[in-house]
Amino acid sequence: MRYLKFLPLLMFLGISAQAQSPTYGVGRTPSTEEIRAWDISISPSGKELPSGSGTATEGEQLYLQKGCAGCHGITGTGGLAPRLLKRDTGPSASPWALGRILPIRAPYATAVWDYINRGMPLMAEGTLTPDEVYSITAYLLYLNEVIAEDKVLNAESLPKVEMPNRDTWAPLPDWWEPGMPRLLGYPY
Amino acid sequence: MTKKHKEKPTGSKSPDRREFLKRGAALAGGLSLGTVESAIGQTPSSGGNVLGTQELVEYGKRSRFETSVRIPHGGRPSPDAFGLDFHIAAPLQESVGVITPSSLHYMGTTRGSFVPDIDPEEHRLMIHGMVDRPLIFTMEELRRLPSVTRLHFIECAGNRANRRHKTVQETHGMTSCAEWTGVLLSTLLKEAGVQDDGSWIVAEGVEEVKGASSIPMAKAMEDCLVCYGMNGEAVRPQQGYPLRLLVPGFEGILSVKWLRRIKVVDQFYMTYNDYGHLRQESDDAALSMQIGPKSVITFPSGEQTLPGPGFYEISGLAWSGGGAVSKVEVSTDGGRSWAEAEIRGTAHPMAHTRFSLQWNWNGQECELQSRCSDELGSVQPSRAQIAEFWNQPPDQPVRIRGQDNSIQPWRIESDGSVHNAIS
Repeated sequence: MRYLKFLPLLMFLGISAQAQSPTYGVGRTPSTEEIRAWDISISPSGKELPSGSGTATEGEQLYLQKGCAGCHGITGTGGLAPRLLKRDTGPSASPWALGRILPIRAPYATAVWDYINRGMPLMAEGTLTPDEVYSITAYLLYLNEVIAEDKVLNAESLPKVEMPNRDTWAPLPDWWEPGMPRLLGYPY
Repeated sequence: MTKKHKEKPTGSKSPDRREFLKRGAALAGGLSLGTVESAIGQTPSSGGNVLGTQELVEYGKRSRFETSVRIPHGGRPSPDAFGLDFHIAAPLQESVGVITPSSLHYMGTTRGSFVPDIDPEEHRLMIHGMVDRPLIFTMEELRRLPSVTRLHFIECAGNRANRRHKTVQETHGMTSCAEWTGVLLSTLLKEAGVQDDGSWIVAEGVEEVKGASSIPMAKAMEDCLVCYGMNGEAVRPQQGYPLRLLVPGFEGILSVKWLRRIKVVDQFYMTYNDYGHLRQESDDAALSMQIGPKSVITFPSGEQTLPGPGFYEISGLAWSGGGAVSKVEVSTDGGRSWAEAEIRGTAHPMAHTRFSLQWNWNGQECELQSRCSDELGSVQPSRAQIAEFWNQPPDQPVRIRGQDNSIQPWRIESDGSVHNAIS
């Protein structure tokens, strides 16, 4: 009986022996709804993309209705805000020459969707519905000659869009560990 | 005489006081009179007084004679036409010691940013994704956890000197160093229990654009801080109040401000802050992530003037993303010969480190440079060394790959004026 009073301690030690058990017990568990509401991350695979869809035709209307044109210009250029049209570089140019816009240089169209979803319109971020984000994404990709005008973008088709820079970017080094120089063999 | 003065209120215009002031002025004038009289502990003030106010009692401010300010960086106005703050550079030319005052700490934003006005009572940090136990913390709960306080610099990838820059604020102002206090990110991640496949984190802010960065798990578990404190008080709003991530020694954009959410994931997420920093070649990608050994002379530096030949203490800042500064050398002959500078204070890992060298300027034209070595054995290169390493054609401008850690040359003319000597 006298060991019972140590039972909580024994249980605590037992749990601690497992890998990565909580040490401090501070903080609470968020609800599934809380996580869903906050989690706007979209991976290149698009696995978090919501249901919904849109086309360039719908996006063109929204581009005017939602005020995009007011800052970025009617044709995606000529406004106070950054241009949304790629530079005219000719057919054979490197995708790196297209400019830091949209992001046209992102290897995956999910990045375009994500940017519009999290960052636009200025002062009204987070107000666009998934359908609207798919539509505006489609319109801007159509403007930049990445997809056809009638292409339907949704959670299935968006990650498969062939962006100009799909295969010509370098991932961050996966060999890096703490205590290593920034580039092996580089003395500086 | 002592007694007499004590009887009179300060500021009295009596003959005695005027006499005293005259003598004081004579003393201050260089001890050339041959006789030295004691000032008996009294020093005349040079001007008026600052009257106490409730505001100054509660939260002091610097002298009106101190005019050091930040400036917009990179040719884009801050604030811009939308009221967004863009890059803002710290006035390193007037810096002393290693701490950047919180009000003068550089600010970097990705597209330009509004500064959110966050009530810390309402603020939360969520950790979720590939973890055994998703967790949500209040600020109060974060403060209950074991804390650390460390000196760290943060430097923007845009901190690239060029020949058009005039001052050290323009060449190097997008780096700053503060004393940061918070919880180790590893403490929080262990508390949540990272699953085996969790190889990256995505850290996200709560500002209007919800800026987010992907960070490798090896770095996240090593030394990253979730900071609520900066230079002895709460993190400033422009620096992420009430909570920011700090990724020591890596490019500044990873140190996500207004931190609200950390998602453990199994791949690089190519998110908001990531794709703007994509590189075409893997060497550039690596050289853009961890910052190399770097230093710059802040005095004498561009646009300053030496009044004449004689003694000066050359002073500057050195830092490295690879750890602590191990050595700083200074050249006064354009890099032909080097003298080891003194490290002032302790060289902390991934922190600005003050160095100095005592120097007598002979009044002739010369070129000053500084060169930093870090504990990994890496050495700060000249622009010529970078060009040579990458076999760049000598007749072309040097292309600095990744984060720029090249040596900064300052040319001193015979009239004492100091100029950027990047060619």
